[in-house]
Amino acid sequence: MTHLVSNLTLKVWRQNGPADKGKFETHVIESITDEASFLEMLDVLNERLIGENKEAIVFDHDCREGICGTCSLMINGQAHGPQRGSTTCQLHMRSFKDDDTIVIEPWRANAFPIIKDLMVDRAAFDRIVESGGFITSPTGGAPDANLIPVPKPVADAAMDAAACIGCGACVAACPNSAANLFVGAKLTHLNLLPQGQAERYKRAEAMVDTMDEHFGSCTNHGECSAACPKEISLDVIALMNKDYRSAKFKNRKQLSRK
Amino acid sequence: MSTSTPTRQPVTATAVGTRKRRPLLLDLYSTAVGKKYAMAISGIAMMGFVMFHMLGNTKMYLGAAELDGYAEFLKKLLYPLAPKESVLWILRVSLLGMLALHLHAAWSLTVLNRHARPVRYQSARDYQEASLASRSMRLSGIVVVMFMVWHLLDLTFGVVNTIGTDGVYVRSEVYANVVRSFDRWPVALFYVVANLLLGLHLAHGAWSIFQSLGWNNPRFNAWRVAFARGFAAIVVIGNISFPIAVTVGIVSV
Repeated sequence: MTHLVSNLTLKVWRQNGPADKGKFETHVIESITDEASFLEMLDVLNERLIGENKEAIVFDHDCREGICGTCSLMINGQAHGPQRGSTTCQLHMRSFKDDDTIVIEPWRANAFPIIKDLMVDRAAFDRIVESGGFITSPTGGAPDANLIPVPKPVADAAMDAAACIGCGACVAACPNSAANLFVGAKLTHLNLLPQGQAERYKRAEAMVDTMDEHFGSCTNHGECSAACPKEISLDVIALMNKDYRSAKFKNRKQLSRK
Repeated sequence: MSTSTPTRQPVTATAVGTRKRRPLLLDLYSTAVGKKYAMAISGIAMMGFVMFHMLGNTKMYLGAAELDGYAEFLKKLLYPLAPKESVLWILRVSLLGMLALHLHAAWSLTVLNRHARPVRYQSARDYQEASLASRSMRLSGIVVVMFMVWHLLDLTFGVVNTIGTDGVYVRSEVYANVVRSFDRWPVALFYVVANLLLGLHLAHGAWSIFQSLGWNNPRFNAWRVAFARGFAAIVVIGNISFPIAVTVGIVSV
């Protein structure tokens, strides 16, 4: 059975380019099916705006199934909205009641400049990954499964960290705009696996140093993990801190450095 | 607000940091993660202090001779192996150093964090996990530092110890000084409020230490929050019992 959610008041952030001051704009959605996703609701609104010869609201989206990490909305003060463990595109209108007011803002961080309206530039995450979030090796054909033994719990922990889609909700939700959960996830993913060992400490140093150029610092509120659509645990931050310390104190010859 | 896209460094074939080499500890302290290490380590040192300070003060329940004798014992730590008061001064200077480190790291991280979000959210945030304790670390820390200044002026230097009373401050008469000070109810109240805020600070800080130092292990993770709350509770209950005991007359001259 489909139900209708009616009389929703939307306060949407409109900002015409990076230099514009920006302001909230109010729109009323008279009624919409509760099976519509949040982004579909915005699509419907945009269709209406275009029909009225007004400019459509700009927002980021791509796969609409929670795996690409492109959608990025601050909905009623929560990154990706009120539903835990999901992205904005996985949020449906059944999460809202009649006569609700919904406030929509872009991610806000110095490292995520607003391009237009609700769309931000998350290239700072790419800079971090470029600095060490990969394994340097000649690739060739895929090796046989189980050629490199990995204990099951380790593989599970690495896989949990690898679930990070780089959406930036951790930074958006953090009161300090820290990217520790993102960087921790990328480091944990590679640093727990045998393939990641050769560059483990170089990676930790390089990625944390790059993070420092763009983002704030962790004060252990736990907001990042609560906002994370993949529910990545704060454990990854602890591992990052530990590996960063090890990188500084390890015998540098063993890191092939002087 | 900076609106430029972060510039792209040349993508190298291997993960190599581009930072300039510095002496090890300075190198570590120059980063946000390193400053959190400094916060945690100085925090542990000061946690040790507040715990032993509280335990030592419980001697007041045993009477004036016990408390004054304990103060004398502190001056003679490791005596005659070490000269009188030498160990005490080493502890004092180290603790002040740790406090300075804690404050400097907190200050520079706060500045960093403010720069990381120059334009704040224009609508109200709906926090899910952030607690009263974690959200008020700066406020509780500032009040505790202000309290420490008062506390030293009151019971160590005696400058404000006799305001509003007709007694005379004698440094070695610790018990009498404490009773005289807490007989003034605003002082007792300030003491209680400051210690409740210290407890709030510890309840988040003592847990935070584990994360900042990378002490994460399924064997003890479940105990980390309990440890922090328990530690905070013991210190606060002990500390606020003193002004209450004086106010209700359990401890008196």
